[in-house]
Formats: sequence, C-alpha cells, structure tokens
Amino acid sequence: MTALKVENITKSFDGQTIIRHVSLTLKDGELVSLLGVSGGGKTTLFNIIAGLSQPDEGKIFLDGHDITGKPGQISYMLQKDLLLPYRTTLDNVALPLLIQGMPKAKARLQASEYFAQFGLEGTQKKYPSQLSGGMRQRAALLRTYLFSEKVALLDEPFSALDMLTKSAVHDWYLQVMETIHLSTLFVTHDIEEAILLSDRIYLLTGTPGSVTKEIRIEEPRPRKREFSLSERFLDYKRQILMHLEKAQA
Amino acid sequence: MTKKSQSIISKLCSCSAVLGMLLIWQLAAQGGLVDAFLLPSPVQVIKAFITELPILTAHSVVTLSEAFIGLAFGILLGFIMAVMMDRFDVLCQAFYPLVVLTQTVPTVAIAPLLVLWFGYEMTPKIILIVITTFFPITIGLLTGFRSADPDAVSLLKAMGAGQAQIFFYIKLPGAMSQFFSGLRISASYAVVGAVISEWLGGFGGLGVYMTRVKKAFSFDKMFAVIFLISAISLLLMNGVEILQKLCMPWDRDSRKK
Repeated sequence: MTALKVENITKSFDGQTIIRHVSLTLKDGELVSLLGVSGGGKTTLFNIIAGLSQPDEGKIFLDGHDITGKPGQISYMLQKDLLLPYRTTLDNVALPLLIQGMPKAKARLQASEYFAQFGLEGTQKKYPSQLSGGMRQRAALLRTYLFSEKVALLDEPFSALDMLTKSAVHDWYLQVMETIHLSTLFVTHDIEEAILLSDRIYLLTGTPGSVTKEIRIEEPRPRKREFSLSERFLDYKRQILMHLEKAQA
Repeated sequence: MTKKSQSIISKLCSCSAVLGMLLIWQLAAQGGLVDAFLLPSPVQVIKAFITELPILTAHSVVTLSEAFIGLAFGILLGFIMAVMMDRFDVLCQAFYPLVVLTQTVPTVAIAPLLVLWFGYEMTPKIILIVITTFFPITIGLLTGFRSADPDAVSLLKAMGAGQAQIFFYIKLPGAMSQFFSGLRISASYAVVGAVISEWLGGFGGLGVYMTRVKKAFSFDKMFAVIFLISAISLLLMNGVEILQKLCMPWDRDSRKK
C-alpha cells in the first residue's frame, strides 16, 4: 500500500522555479531516498511534504488523504537534532505525544518503552548536552517515530556526524528498521548512504529540480555494512554518478 | 590548577582587597587624617550599626516589603508586556520606544510627583519600583523569546503544535536565563528605588531613616545604613542566583560538564 504520495509538485520563490513537477511514492515500510546536490530544491520539497509551506501546484497524500499544506501529519528529523536543551531526553522524546494532548505520565511511559530498542537506556533523565552526537540523533529519531509510526521524513539526519560515528549509526539504523518498519523518505546528498539504506532512490537534478531517474536497490535485507564494499554496491554508485554527471552537463 | 582552587584564590583576592581598603580607612580616621565627625571610622560605623540594629530592622521590614511588592508587580507587568510585544509585532513597534523612554526619566525626578499625586503611603513607592523594575524583565524576556530557534519552532509546528504550545515548550523555557539576568538587575533596582522614594516622604523605611540621621549629622549611622542597603541588595541578587539554579537544572548540569 502507498503510504505517502507526492504528486506533481511545483514551487517557485520570487519568480524562480525551484522544483518542477516532482512526483514520488513511498510504500508501507519502504525506505526511499531522494538524492540530489545541495541547493537543488530538496529542502523546499521537504517543507512542502511536512505541511510547512504550500506548493504552487500539486498535492501531497498520506494514506490516501490530501494533506497538502496541513502541518501536524508528518514529523521530520534534520541534521540538527533540535532536542530542547531544557528538557530531559525522556521529555524531549515524549514531546510529540504531549503536543497531541496525551497526559504527561502516559506520554512518558509510552516513550520510555522504546528507549532500550533505540539504544538509549539510561539516558532518560539526562539533558541533551550530556549526550554524544550519535545518541542525540537516536533520540531525535525516536521522537520522530513516536509522532507517527506511519511516515517519517529524514533530511540529511546523519551528515553532521563524523565518519566512524556515522557508519556505526548506519549499522544501528538498519538494525532498528528491521523491527519497526517505519516508512521513511530519506533526503540526502551522500550517495553511499543512499545506496546502503534505501529500497529505492530518486535522483533530483537540474534547475529547477525534477526527478530524472529512479533506481531500485535489489540488495536483500537485513543488510550488512559489507555490502558497501561489494561489486554490486560499486555498480549502483557508478550508475548514479554517471547519471548525475550527465544531468550536470 | 583545578577550577575550584582557582575560584578560591579569586575569592581570597577580592576579600583581601576589601579588607585592605577598610584597614586604610580605619588608619586614616584614627590617625586624624580626616575629621572623625565628617568620616567616621569603620569601627565607629560597626558600633553604630549594633546600637541601631532594632530600629534598622524595623525600617528594613518596611523597605523590603515595598521592594518585594513592587518587584512582584514589576515582574508581572514585564512578563505581560514581553508576551504581548512578542506575539504582536505592531505592539512591539509601538511600545518599544516608549518602554525605553521610561528608563531615561530619572527616578529622583518623578518621585516627588508621585508623592504629590498619591500621598505618603505605600502606593507612590510601589509605582516607582514597578517603573524601574519592569524594564530589565521585559527586555530580558523579549530577547529570550526572540532567540528561539526557528527550526525548533518549525518542527513543533509540523508536529501540530499551536501558538500556546510553542510558547510553553520552546519560548518560555528558552528565555529563562535572560529572564533571570533581568531579574538580578531588577532586584537591586527594587531596593534602591524603595529607598529613593522614601527620601521624599513617608513614615518608615531605610530611606526615611537615612534622611533623619542626615539631618542629625550622624554620619556613623548614615554609613551603617548605606552598608545595610548594599548588603540587602547583594543578598537579593544572590537569592535570585539560587532561584535560577533551582529553576534551571539543565543549565547547572551542562556547566558541570
């Protein structure tokens, strides 16, 4: 079943078209990446899907319902973890539940059930400033997940982490996704990250940005990090790089 | 060197500077360098303080209750103004210059007017304190509200939060440290404001006591009350700091790190 459908989105700012006729779909439990160069309109599309800005043309559907321009339906996670420094990890993670009107005690209880699964046990009463970068991203992901188990938007969530932390987070991420089956739209400029994590990759190229290619990553799950050193992986990478170069020219 | 021993050394330095000053003062007064009548020695001041303690205590109660009531209304007014000015840009543009203007008016100048309008009771004193204390609170809170991370606000909006939730989850807690910086200033303003307003008439309070001993040329008592007022201001500012630590546990923990 289709979880998220982005249909024919066009958006301009000050007379300049940023993205044109962008369409993509995200099926239940699928992880789809939107790969493109920085400044290619990824963030614009992202804000439209999150309901924070209105498209000039096109519609967004969540589970078949039109949610165009309606915030409060899809949560997201950014490179900046945006954990509030004055709330403990538990209260940060429980925030979406509180916003939805759940009583505090119940929200805390529900949020704490996931701490072990997300590798956050023992951090409940700590403040974000006391957590490592990787921990903070996990907490931000858990907060996103608690907002909605249906669809999450991730905008370059791991790009601020150093390489070693990043690959550890990737391992952890693949493992968590095996159990929670969160349908995820993953916006990134990191080709290897996209291949390693995704079921499908959309390439967003050109000015104005549009989807010019869709690639399916056939590698079975659960995936291991070794995949990123294999010949198959390199083939995908070559294919993507060639397409991006052609689009640039 | 550890942080703790550094702070002990810096405290020792400042303490010995104060003690040194007092010693020079005492010697100058004892040696007849200045007239004992014009400048009483520290020992004389301490003696005066001890003999006058019951009277000073009674007057302090009056001054402190004025200061606390005034400060409470000042905080309330400052909070309301900051919230309104943050919420409605028009109000901010309209009132910001006016708020700044109130701070350029010297308190000593409007105090007599307030006494003429509202009499010798508490009302004019509290009004004066409110005028002097609301400003640091308003500015502190407003700056704090404005410094909220727009990305965090967007995220909460995407989660479906309304204006009130954004205020209570992001803006208000985010403005706490600026609020407390403002409160520290306001607390000392409150005491000084109370004393100034008492100079111009009243039935009790440290300001009233001050004008009395001045007229009697009891400079030892004058110094005693001056030091008492400083001590009260310092105590209040310290109290605000303790309150801040209690209200902002996250800040304390991040400093520890």
